[in-house]
Amino acid sequence: MDITIKVNGAEHKVDVDGDTPLLWVLRDVLGMTGTKFGCGLALCGACTVHVNGVATRSCVTPVESVGNSEVTTIEAIGRTSSGREIQRAWLDLEVVQCGYCQSGQIMSAVALLASNLHPSDSDIDAAMSGNICRCGTYVRIREAIKHAATSSAATG
Amino acid sequence: MLFDRPGGIAADRDNTACAMSRRVFLKTGVAAAGGLMLGFGFPALLGEAAAEAPDSFSPNAFIRIGTDGSVTLTMPYVEMGQGAYTSISMLIAEELEVGMSQVRLEHAPPNEKLYGNPVLGGIQATGNSNAIRAAWGPLRQAGATARVMLIAAAAQRWRVEPSSCHAERGKVVHSASARRIKYGDLAGAAARLPIPEKVALKRPEEFKLIGTPAKRLDAPSKVNGTAVYGIDVRPLGVKIATLAQSPVFGGRLKSVDDTAAKAIKGVRQIVQLDDAVAVVADHMGAAKKGLAALSIEWDNGPNATLSTDDIARDLEKGTLHPGAVAQNVGDVVKAMAAAVSKVDSIYRVPFLAHATMEPMNCTVEVRKDSCEVWVGNQAIARAQATAAKTTGLPLDKVVVHNHLIGGGFGRRLEIDGITRAVQIAMHVEGPVKVVWTREEDIQHDMYRPYFFDRISAGLDRAGMPVAWTHRFAGSSILARWLPPAFNNGLDGDTTDGAIHRLYDLPNVRVEYLRMEPPGIPTAFWRSVGPSHNVFVVESFMDELAAIAKKDPVDYRRVLLEKAPRAKAVLELVAEKANWGQPLPQGSGRGVSTQFVFGTYMAHVAEVEVSKEGGVRVRRVVCALDCGSIVNPDTVRAQVQGAVIFGISAALYGEITLKDGRVEQTNFNTYQVLRMNEAPTIEVHLIQNTEPPGGMGEPGTSAIVPAVTNAIFAATGKRLRKLPVDPAELKHA
Repeated sequence: MDITIKVNGAEHKVDVDGDTPLLWVLRDVLGMTGTKFGCGLALCGACTVHVNGVATRSCVTPVESVGNSEVTTIEAIGRTSSGREIQRAWLDLEVVQCGYCQSGQIMSAVALLASNLHPSDSDIDAAMSGNICRCGTYVRIREAIKHAATSSAATG
Repeated sequence: MLFDRPGGIAADRDNTACAMSRRVFLKTGVAAAGGLMLGFGFPALLGEAAAEAPDSFSPNAFIRIGTDGSVTLTMPYVEMGQGAYTSISMLIAEELEVGMSQVRLEHAPPNEKLYGNPVLGGIQATGNSNAIRAAWGPLRQAGATARVMLIAAAAQRWRVEPSSCHAERGKVVHSASARRIKYGDLAGAAARLPIPEKVALKRPEEFKLIGTPAKRLDAPSKVNGTAVYGIDVRPLGVKIATLAQSPVFGGRLKSVDDTAAKAIKGVRQIVQLDDAVAVVADHMGAAKKGLAALSIEWDNGPNATLSTDDIARDLEKGTLHPGAVAQNVGDVVKAMAAAVSKVDSIYRVPFLAHATMEPMNCTVEVRKDSCEVWVGNQAIARAQATAAKTTGLPLDKVVVHNHLIGGGFGRRLEIDGITRAVQIAMHVEGPVKVVWTREEDIQHDMYRPYFFDRISAGLDRAGMPVAWTHRFAGSSILARWLPPAFNNGLDGDTTDGAIHRLYDLPNVRVEYLRMEPPGIPTAFWRSVGPSHNVFVVESFMDELAAIAKKDPVDYRRVLLEKAPRAKAVLELVAEKANWGQPLPQGSGRGVSTQFVFGTYMAHVAEVEVSKEGGVRVRRVVCALDCGSIVNPDTVRAQVQGAVIFGISAALYGEITLKDGRVEQTNFNTYQVLRMNEAPTIEVHLIQNTEPPGGMGEPGTSAIVPAVTNAIFAATGKRLRKLPVDPAELKHA
């Protein structure tokens, strides 16, 4: 069955079962490996992408459920202003260690910032607690989100 | 390519060898593509005698200065999040007088003879928090030597005294005549000069890079999705496989009905092995669906009824007998008999999984006469060796490509996953990427061992310890991983943190019994030996302070009179953490002090315990003295991360066996700390010019007792078994 999905502005036709998780379509069929596999059960957030701007765990999202929605992945998140701010904040505050979970962390953080320009600590907890980091970069992720919020506010 | 033949630079012409210091050797030569090649060796801890014979010296790291001025360092350490690449580049750039952007690091290809890590006994591996510890001397020596040779080459060309020239920003400068030449134009000439007898290293006050917070070189690719981890490789035509291994360790595959699996779209092949079955497919989605559709029967084998309780009971019985003596000071028997009172405790720590964010994976293509492996691994030469052994191919027919590592923590010092992937690939045409599901990753890890500890102290009238005995039993990782490191029943890792190096105790006896559990493999886990010993020692020290009715910081301080660096971190942490200031009901502060991996560290944890027994760590303050600091920001990041890793273990970490099977499966049953549970973490560094200590691991072992001691302060409950059990802490 051919399924058409729109990823980062481009349409792709893929020949997979409709219940195939979006994650594997991205990684193994389309070769977009920036989105990571961590748990397969929406427990760790490594696979987070945006579906119409909403942070979504691609490991439990059947590809057939995406329909005409716009899928955005880490590869293209820098094209949005919140994406750029978050990526810059991640570098300014040296957030990454092994880096494996950071695609998912950044996607969750961008979704938060896009909908909330001044996230409080509890907003950050709510938006980010689904993303596990085993290197333990939480302290810096929190600072980086606040840093990005401040600079987006400054640049308007 | 220089590394295609064993021996590399050592066989090149124009070689001269001389000892730079007692334990650092250098060789130079002309690089294959022109330019200067400098090979050098890291000092050995094991097999030191061989390293001291210049004739047998072969370098295990190389700096190449190209005719274009590029500086390339080829060396054995892998980047797994610890920032090693950045810090190592800083050491070279500092002495060579080049910018960080000019230095490029290459993963060393597998070759144990060339790249064996001296601190790990000549094994090509990254672990034991030792990258910077091992690199500190040799890398600066090598950088300084290259600088002196480049200056000499310029001086020769200009016919001036070398002492009238200096190096800056990748050039040699003769200030008097305002002349300058780029390194690239000097590299060829420098390669033909003799190695200088002695070079002076910079004094700490001359450092321009060391001690500054340099930006991580690997960060940009990790924020835009372009970083390539082992799991991301896609050789042309690669298929994806996932697997089920015998759920009971040591079991065998009895039968598989694969009819339903084969009918699934995208499933290509089912591979049956003696103790595992794999589904090969076009993508992981199909492979997982295929695996779920298999009907598998296992022969569970000898461990079919094994439980964690069986293992714990064996260890408990084992500790009734004397073990190998790891430390013996004074006369504990006499001192214990003369003590005013005696305290006895039993401590237990569980098996732990690594749960690296990147699940185990390995990509392999086995051809008729060769084999290619793509993986991220901390011990790359072993990866090559197991692929050769499994396929029956000669070593030189196996090519291993190493990649970024999505979390190591000790897991990727092992090669079990590579062996397994090669076994599967031998049945598959073309390349196959074998990806462990999270469940398979957790249930077929190699685990931090369970330990059972008996610990006792004899106290004097003032409540201070006059006798200390500690006997513990559990697995020795080194006995399997590096057999020569296990001698007379002991190894340096398993007892690390139990042997007293800080506290001034007049009579001490520490004994270890190596007891390997049946039916569950064990491995290194972040902070290794100290991960269990520091919990026991620092909890017990806290018990003694409580019995003596003394403040836990004061009690320790009295015992640290002969360890000024440890005393300094303890006093600093107490001050920064507002030790002694009141906290609300249900909250408490706990302290720990340790000296492991060459670093002095003290933690204070502040916890809050709910009526239901839930523990929340609110604030962590750390003071540390790791000697010379190469990159202070990396040091802070490593403490922050290690603290989170340790709290995860203290509050949640436990792997249990029932009917021979690991009961935990994924992050719902093997929980780790999340953003909403993360404390604030403050790190205070004591600056000095001592040799650097390791930073990747000590924060993990040190935080665990600080948390349980804080729980004691908050509730009066002493926890002697990990992880924390909220049921024990419930209060009205």
